[in-house]
Amino acid sequence: MALAEQRETTDGISLAMPRDYLALMKPRVMSLVVFTAFVGLYLAPGGAGGAIHPVIGAIAILCIAVGAGASGALNMWYDADIDAVMSRTAGRPIPAGRVAPGEALAFGLVLAAFSVAMLGLLVNLLAAALLAFTIFFYVVVYTMWLKRATPQNIVIGGAAGAFPPMIGWAAATGSLGLEPVILFAIIFLWTPPHFWALALVKRADYARAGIPMMPNVAGPRSTQNQILAYAVALAGVGLLPWVAGFAGPIYGLLAVLLGAEFVRRSFAVWRMDAADPAMVPARRLFAFSIVHLFALFATLLAEAAFGGLAGSA
Amino acid sequence: MADDGVKVTEQQKKARRARNIALALVLAAFVVVVYVGTWAKLGANILNRPL
Repeated sequence: MALAEQRETTDGISLAMPRDYLALMKPRVMSLVVFTAFVGLYLAPGGAGGAIHPVIGAIAILCIAVGAGASGALNMWYDADIDAVMSRTAGRPIPAGRVAPGEALAFGLVLAAFSVAMLGLLVNLLAAALLAFTIFFYVVVYTMWLKRATPQNIVIGGAAGAFPPMIGWAAATGSLGLEPVILFAIIFLWTPPHFWALALVKRADYARAGIPMMPNVAGPRSTQNQILAYAVALAGVGLLPWVAGFAGPIYGLLAVLLGAEFVRRSFAVWRMDAADPAMVPARRLFAFSIVHLFALFATLLAEAAFGGLAGSA
Repeated sequence: MADDGVKVTEQQKKARRARNIALALVLAAFVVVVYVGTWAKLGANILNRPL
């Protein structure tokens, strides 16, 4: 990477502030990871009931957060060249010149190693193995391979973002089951319409960076069709926690309403004229998708916390 | 004699100091996490070792 060499040879002493290292960890992505992992841990048998020591539970969440931060730092290290040419990412610490690529690489590797080792030593090996696989999947499979190679990049890569509730569940129980797989499926199906709504709006940015996002490769029409298809599938899968019996009727009702609203907004995107530069329906779907996922998981958590059907989980 | 050592600017000093403080805090937090986590994980067994 030419950018990397250039930064490292210009100045010996760094101007990076601690907040730049925090930015490398993608704190906003990390917050969603922490939240969904916590829901997985809390819903697991023994999670809410106290089979896992609260301190160990907190350490598990901390390790998952740091592991997610490591993935973010390694992603920013590898993607510094394309981040520099996209308006959304040009201000990140590496393209802005505040952190040298080598520093970001070392930072990410150290965090990844420590988060996995601590999770393995203090929680359990299954959770540590899943965290290690998630970091590998996000950094190597998604960032280094799929992102620049195929428009299915975020479909397959989305698995990395869907693993945290499984890791949380594994941390609490030392095993996996149908429930964490359903939580995985919800996030997995949520990711494509969430990202493609943004990719429609930022199409020019991705084209400039040479990233084969779906709207750039298959065109907006095909992307709009696929967003609607994924929205319908997501609305169905969103009901599975209730169908499988580990969520109560409040969740079931909310999942129907939120799923229907997701489909309605995706339909608005489907009807949208792709030539319209404002792309208001796509922006609205992107914003709503974050609320949608948060609301589903928050309801699962609230039901388990306030008596709901936690006992049957 | 010309001083050819590295001249550190005020901005660089400020950034270095902030990084050092942050690193110290992270290391201290790490020690606490390992200490508390070991107690929580092993409980009373922490004292159960061959003499």
